[in-house]
Amino acid sequence: MSWKKKVTTGSNRKLPPFNFLDLEALKDKLESSFLVFENEVNGERNSYAHKIRQEAFKVFEEKGFPTKRDEEWKYTNLKPHLKQDYRIFPKEENTVEFKDVKRFFLSDIDTYKLVFIDGIYSSWLSETTHKGFDVCTFSSMLRKYPEVVKDYFNQALPKEESLAAINTAFAREGAFIRIKKNKTADKPIQVIFFTTDHQKEMWMQPRNLIVLEENAEAQIVERHQSLSSHEVFSNSATEIFAGRSSRLHYYKIQNDQLNASLVDNTSVKQYGNSSVRMGTFTFGNKLVRNNLNFFLEEEHTETHMDGITIIGENQTADHHTLADHKVPNCYSNELYKGVYDSNAHGVFNGKVMVHPNAQKTNAFQSNNNILLTDKASIDTKPQLEIYADDVQCSHGCTIGQIDEDALFYLNSRGIPEKEAKALLLYAFANSGLRNVKIDELQKKLNRLIARKLSVELDFDL
Amino acid sequence: MLKIDNLHAGIEGNEILKGINLQVNPGEVHAIMGPNGSGKSTLSSIIAGKEDYEITEGHLDFEGEDLQDLSPEERAHKGIFLSFQYPVEIPGVTVTNFLKTAINEIRKARGEEPMPANVMLKMMRDKMSLLEMDKGFLSRSLNEGFSGGEKKRNEIFQMAMLEPKLAILDETDSGLDIDALRIVANGVNKLKGKDNAIVVITHYQRLLDYIVPDYVHVLFDGKIVKSGSKELAYELEEKGYDWIKQEAATL
Repeated sequence: MSWKKKVTTGSNRKLPPFNFLDLEALKDKLESSFLVFENEVNGERNSYAHKIRQEAFKVFEEKGFPTKRDEEWKYTNLKPHLKQDYRIFPKEENTVEFKDVKRFFLSDIDTYKLVFIDGIYSSWLSETTHKGFDVCTFSSMLRKYPEVVKDYFNQALPKEESLAAINTAFAREGAFIRIKKNKTADKPIQVIFFTTDHQKEMWMQPRNLIVLEENAEAQIVERHQSLSSHEVFSNSATEIFAGRSSRLHYYKIQNDQLNASLVDNTSVKQYGNSSVRMGTFTFGNKLVRNNLNFFLEEEHTETHMDGITIIGENQTADHHTLADHKVPNCYSNELYKGVYDSNAHGVFNGKVMVHPNAQKTNAFQSNNNILLTDKASIDTKPQLEIYADDVQCSHGCTIGQIDEDALFYLNSRGIPEKEAKALLLYAFANSGLRNVKIDELQKKLNRLIARKLSVELDFDL
Repeated sequence: MLKIDNLHAGIEGNEILKGINLQVNPGEVHAIMGPNGSGKSTLSSIIAGKEDYEITEGHLDFEGEDLQDLSPEERAHKGIFLSFQYPVEIPGVTVTNFLKTAINEIRKARGEEPMPANVMLKMMRDKMSLLEMDKGFLSRSLNEGFSGGEKKRNEIFQMAMLEPKLAILDETDSGLDIDALRIVANGVNKLKGKDNAIVVITHYQRLLDYIVPDYVHVLFDGKIVKSGSKELAYELEEKGYDWIKQEAATL
């Protein structure tokens, strides 16, 4: 093991007193930070929640960070992204002016908002409610609803994943959204995590819990946004429980700065007749890794996973998804589209598991990619494990370039090369927006796509 | 307007056009007929600027300008339009947005302001009624799930919107039933004027019952082997292409 010393100036850390560029060093730092954290939450030390944190931390201590030797991480090397001297807790509290961050919000429509700055809830920028349903914070859930902790905390995320385990160990703040039986959230809910400049690399670990009770409905938009000139690593975790006959639209906008990395661990448990539509829209970040798991616990559920990825430069976007068909008669449909420019690297690993008794499963998966340069690459791996015989499952993946005939068709109508390419890429990617039901969000995503394809199109896409 | 002079062209070393000569003047309608594989579609692709083909000899002029120097979009900006035999499907881009982009790109290239939205909408409505098209058409994805007839009608609709100086209709009649053929031909006829020209490329004579050509040319084995008036089309319909082949062989 190498113990390299990094020379820095002007930083004034208390804990830990060393500054190594090694994974072990980060692990050590997380370990000592966990001790600090335990002292900080002293009053909760004997709580049920804290026992779960401690168990989770043990998992991390035993497993350490994933490496390329792990099957689930063979295409993405996390190591370079971890080799930073991250600060685990922000040293000072920063504020953010709404006018400076307005562009990260859906601001033309009325929404509930849960806004966190450096992991701390900002009541100033938020708009919460407890009327008929709860849109509030994870920390207040921990304090006020012990029964929720018992029923849901760490009940959806796979226990053995070490990054999710780190998040669980430090789980303290994030969104708590509970839509009660037969209620519909009357407006979309935005959850935004900002990280401000602390003159230092920051390690963030927001934790969200979403519970839709029977026949409840909600639309949620999640976003992580760095405002820092230094590296930010967000190791986020979200647990979602979609009760019977509930309906959830959940959208993730992953368009952070190029010095920000995001590992998003999201696990969803679906119960009878529920429907969940998950959209993952990835344009930014240096690294995005999504671990998106759907566990279908009861029959007649409907699951949609849609994704649009448009990245370039040296960006990496790694989508790992799971549709776990445990019971009969469930439907899952997955459509991921990717456009990769420059040196960008994409990964799509879509696992569909159909258990022996999960007859009449309908599971569809499709991953289509366009590589714009010789240096861009994609590793795509559909992984269907089917142990039932009366099922309908399909998967398909394509990797291609822009269709020359289509390009000529557009050129011959007077549309120049660059605009024609953008139009074709837009046309290629846009089916990933099919499940976006919030008009303003759809417009915003269209604008993001157009900007990402670096073209001014003549119409509002 | 269009002047093609001893044009030789091919693809990957195979010569397809072997010395084409053709002159099209404003106000004229030309028909180019010929059996399959004679080079009809190659000729239309080359005029529109498809890069797959290599011109080995001769040249093409459009209004005195060498077409070889111009990209496909520049040719469109100058007023050349090709109605495709097989229009490409582009899901996710509506007919309206596609046309808006095309029209305004052409205007931009000509140094004109974008067309105001209300003017464009009215124009779209007018041209659609000309082609007896349903207005639901506008919000559909370009050519996606269109029937063969709808695709062809959509090509002529684009032609009507872009108002080209030279329109090349490549096998526009294929895939059309007789009613659709009549409607499309009607539309084309209404777009005809003294300042623009139309080249109709077809295998069969039936379209020429509706779009009456001033000149008919027979393309065979990469050459125009016979030119004449519209009566030539009837003769071809009656006798087929074999006599042309024989004539060509004896030349």
